[in-house]
Amino acid sequence: MQYTFIALVENKPGVLNRVASLFRRRNFNIESLAVGRTEKPEVSRMTMVVDCPNGDMDAHKIEANLYKLVNVIDVQDVSRQPSVTRDLALIKVKAAPERRAEVNSLASIFRARIVDVATDSVIVEVTGTEEKIEGMVELLRPLGIMEMVRTGQIAMTRGANAGIRRMPGMEDNGYEYDLEAAEMLP
Amino acid sequence: MKKTGAEIMWECLVREGVEVVFGYPGGANMPIYDAMLNYPIHHVLVRHEQGGAHMADGYARASGKVGVAMGTSGPGATNLVTGIATAMMDSSPVVFITGQVAAHLIGGDAFQEIDVTGITLPITKHNYLVTRADEIAEVVREAFYIARSGRPGPVLIDICKNAQIEQTEFIYPEEVKLLGYQPPARAPQHDLEKAVRLIEKAKRPVILCGHGVIVSGAEEALLHFATKTQTPVASTLLGLGAFPASHPLALGMMGMHGEAHTNLAIQNSDLILAFGMRFDDRVTGNLKTYAPKAKKIHVEIDPSEVHKNVHVDLPLVGDLKNVVSDLVPMVDEYDHDEWLNEINGWKSEADERSIMNWPEDGKLYVAHLVHDLWKATGGGAIITTDVGQHQMWTAQYYALEKPNRWITSGGSGTMGFGLPSAIGAWFANKDQEIWAIAGDGGFQMTAAELTTAVQEGANVKVAIMNNNFLGMVRQWQEFFFEKRYSAVNMVSPDFVKLADAHGVPARRITTREEVDEAIQWARQTPGPVVLEFRVEKEDAVYPMVPAGASLDQMMRRPVRQ
Ligand SMILES: Cc1ncc(C[n+]2csc(CCOP(=O)(O)OP(=O)(O)O)c2C)c(N)n1
Ligand SMILES: [Mg+2]
Repeated sequence: MQYTFIALVENKPGVLNRVASLFRRRNFNIESLAVGRTEKPEVSRMTMVVDCPNGDMDAHKIEANLYKLVNVIDVQDVSRQPSVTRDLALIKVKAAPERRAEVNSLASIFRARIVDVATDSVIVEVTGTEEKIEGMVELLRPLGIMEMVRTGQIAMTRGANAGIRRMPGMEDNGYEYDLEAAEMLP
Repeated sequence: MKKTGAEIMWECLVREGVEVVFGYPGGANMPIYDAMLNYPIHHVLVRHEQGGAHMADGYARASGKVGVAMGTSGPGATNLVTGIATAMMDSSPVVFITGQVAAHLIGGDAFQEIDVTGITLPITKHNYLVTRADEIAEVVREAFYIARSGRPGPVLIDICKNAQIEQTEFIYPEEVKLLGYQPPARAPQHDLEKAVRLIEKAKRPVILCGHGVIVSGAEEALLHFATKTQTPVASTLLGLGAFPASHPLALGMMGMHGEAHTNLAIQNSDLILAFGMRFDDRVTGNLKTYAPKAKKIHVEIDPSEVHKNVHVDLPLVGDLKNVVSDLVPMVDEYDHDEWLNEINGWKSEADERSIMNWPEDGKLYVAHLVHDLWKATGGGAIITTDVGQHQMWTAQYYALEKPNRWITSGGSGTMGFGLPSAIGAWFANKDQEIWAIAGDGGFQMTAAELTTAVQEGANVKVAIMNNNFLGMVRQWQEFFFEKRYSAVNMVSPDFVKLADAHGVPARRITTREEVDEAIQWARQTPGPVVLEFRVEKEDAVYPMVPAGASLDQMMRRPVRQ
């Protein structure tokens, strides 16, 4: 199961390394990681898509360990919150002049743009969700994809929605401890 | 006023209340050593940086204050690494300061340049690479704060040589401002109420007392809680001393070499109250069969420990002292007589097997020796240990009444820890009697620090339990590898002569009759003393839960007729 986390971190040298090292050390697999500036110069924002084979249990572990890093300010799990997620891909496709129209029409279906044209290739720029980009890639594949690069996912919750903050002890931490079983103690 | 970076560093250490640092000089920290001469901090010149790291760690554990160890760049720093990892695994507050090549040389493989912040990233709570003098004051201030607050741990500061030399305005930051660092303080009220409901229901509760109880100073709160609810208290290796061993509710140590009745109590409990412990594999045994009937409440300051190894029913995340103190007035008084009687039944059965009840057979057993030492010192000495069989026997038989007197490498099991940590502990408490209990193997890993003890006049007594074996490994080979002894047979130097060469008074003891007199002699002889005990070579530590076995599947000491 894939989870998407947003982490706000201090904009200092080495912080990306600390985060990446944590995932390696705790044996988690990062699917994608995008880092960039935010509206505050002292804060950077990371969007991480991580494989969580044990579901919420793993998500808890990831959040708790991220918080152990002194430079990590906030962590939210936005996997199941209403949010906008985007990935950007640049795809260089084989396209001799007589096939450009075909690429063009595929691109327009996906609201992608052709951003470079060479004698026998074009670069298509496409933005969207994972699925949309996967879809585009599948359709372009028969034409011959020569090169592809993707930014990795970035995410933002919609409106006043926030992600889940799972730290035990925090109010509204999304944890409900089921004490029903406790009633059954002898 | 302008100061050099090195001066600013010492200025900040003085303001943190540092009295002593353990270190070793070299090219990349020479400006620090030069500036040191002008500051009222005692420097202990160690014989190997690892020794210095363990000394700072021992100092921290005995005093509750932050210890400081230093080394130069490259090999100086890498020699510290084992000590850093040891402090990390046992949440010990130590600030490590290493010299680094000048900032403009970084990345060029300059002489003695090693990526120390890279190497220590996973074994420090936090670390810093300082490239400019004007960063030093803030970084040192933060480092001490991070090391001692929350769940304590080691923090490393790697200071480039140019930053030590450059001059800058010294501005001492009055406050530490860390955007992303707020150790949790108290558990929320609604979670405490849930805990009370679980405690109410319990008929067979057990408290698991971990190192966190000592670190947070929660011993009083624990005592109140345990007595009010009549809940027996089992300890982890590092939790020993937090709850008085002589208390009727004390169960002693749990886990791989824990007492049988203690492990049975855990396996049969219906409520586990885990206080500042982390369900290490050495205390849980097989997780699938661990305390199967118990609800579990986990009081812990580090959220990443919650659900890490054992899924708990209720985490109470906060400073243990606060959480337990908050709980005490909320819970009712209980008496769990039936449960306590049942445990006592297991206990008397275990006592019959105890080596303490063996008749004299002319051999020296470490368990007996530790007991004799306990009697001779009134149970009041600071005890440090190395790692191995002697460590487990000391944990089992030196019954501790008070905290901060038991200094042993738990999480990392670092051989060579015993002697240097004792020297460090002596600097924390010079009036206290201090014994380092070491094996013949581990002692040799850091034996060079005997000279450090002599140079400093450190009043530490070293008891070498010489079984001529890497005993703990030998025991595993005996039990699990059909007694095929591989690389455990140790030729050692003549320890008495070795001590003598260091100018340390020493004696060799081969029979039980000599023990008391030798211990008294050591206690009355000022300064470091070495006692070498020639102990039974192939004795084994019991009970033993084999790695991966269920906690109640203990190998027990054979009953002697
Ligand atoms: C640095 C290090 N290397 C190896 C080990 C593995 N180890 C654990 S106990 C032990 C034997 C220790 O022998 P000794 O110091 O003589 O103590 P004894 O068990 O005989 O009491 C060894 C080798 C370790 N814990 N630490
Ligand atoms: Mg030995």
